[in-house]
Amino acid sequence: METPLDPSSFDALIAADERVEPRDAMPDGYRKTLIRQIAQHAHSEIIGMQPEGAWITRAPSLRRKAILMAKVQDEAGHGLYLYSAAETLGMGRDEMLDRLHTGRQRYSSIFNYPTLTWADVGAIGWLVDGAAIVNQVPLCRCSYGPYARAMVRICKEESFHQRQGFEILHTLSHGTPAQHEMAQDAVNRWWWPSLMMFGPPDSGENAVKGHSAQNMAWGIKRHSNDDLRQRFVDMTVPQAQVLGLELPDPDLHFDEPTQHWVFGAIDWDEFTEVLKGNGPCNAERVARRVSAHDEGAWVREAANAYADKKARRTVAA
Amino acid sequence: MSDEKSHLQSVPRLSDEPTSRRDWPLWEVFVRPRRGLSHGHVGSLHAPDAEMAVRNARDLYTRRGEGVSIWVVPSAEITASSPDEKDAFFDPAADKVYRHPTFYEIPDEVQHL
Repeated sequence: METPLDPSSFDALIAADERVEPRDAMPDGYRKTLIRQIAQHAHSEIIGMQPEGAWITRAPSLRRKAILMAKVQDEAGHGLYLYSAAETLGMGRDEMLDRLHTGRQRYSSIFNYPTLTWADVGAIGWLVDGAAIVNQVPLCRCSYGPYARAMVRICKEESFHQRQGFEILHTLSHGTPAQHEMAQDAVNRWWWPSLMMFGPPDSGENAVKGHSAQNMAWGIKRHSNDDLRQRFVDMTVPQAQVLGLELPDPDLHFDEPTQHWVFGAIDWDEFTEVLKGNGPCNAERVARRVSAHDEGAWVREAANAYADKKARRTVAA
Repeated sequence: MSDEKSHLQSVPRLSDEPTSRRDWPLWEVFVRPRRGLSHGHVGSLHAPDAEMAVRNARDLYTRRGEGVSIWVVPSAEITASSPDEKDAFFDPAADKVYRHPTFYEIPDEVQHL
């Protein structure tokens, strides 16, 4: 006879699709996986401020500038929600930042590509944020409560990001021939890296490799990388048609029997190279983050000194 | 809310640690979405003092008009019911079904009861 599970044990919570909260007992592997994933997610939001922030001073109008500032501020906010969630698992904020700065924790490879033109800001919003949304919506039902709650807030805010990107590209695509060409060039460069954002193949014969199977059993991950990638492609191809832009894949075609858009082979060697640190901007992104942190040290120190001064006055009064 | 094992620094009440080496403490943030509703927990943040915590909370948790009032509480000052939320603390409520109106059998013809 099987012993019934303690209804509040980790296994029982996962089996019942309940949420795990910070004070619950949880396997070390679950805790470590979540710290790694949430910290990487937070770092991606913070590093992601750089490629877009680079265009704030060069936005083509005051309207575009105000929108881009609000978007970059949102990315900072998303990073902070996620750092908070990761901290509930027992790793301090300073430790996570240190690991980012010393290359011991990663961020999404997509941010190691440069933003060469204004159209890249549109392509990031439409494709990169679009892919992020497809990845993130299922995370709103992640088994770890604080992560799921952070993702609910983030997903609400991301849809503005994707729509503003689409609008930038739509405007350029229907502008002068040079503007159309700029939009097409940006889409050509961002399409394949966006498909890589879903991670390596993990269905069929690849299902046993990597972390996907365990993460799905733990309710951290709800769909395979390949399913999410397909969902993104199916959503995005018709949008490209409305934009009047080509997707740079000669093999892309609609498959009637499956009702899916079939896409060509992804260059996973490029993905591996960028992951290993050999992307166009890896060194630049981390160096910029470290210098921002170092140059902000006096602000953190001054705020502490001011807090001390006020505390002393309160004690004296 | 953070668990007690994590890095909860206490509020900087005249800390002896040098200002350059001290991390900002963690605060829990509660937002009243609109008048008539109570404050609800929305998340946490780091700030050097209460005043900055309120300002940071405004920028972080109410960028789209999500609130009309903010509370911040030092995370370290929160006392929770139990460390692991799985003991018998809430059991006394479980076997008192007579506290619910559905426990009572009332003839069908009785109204407004």
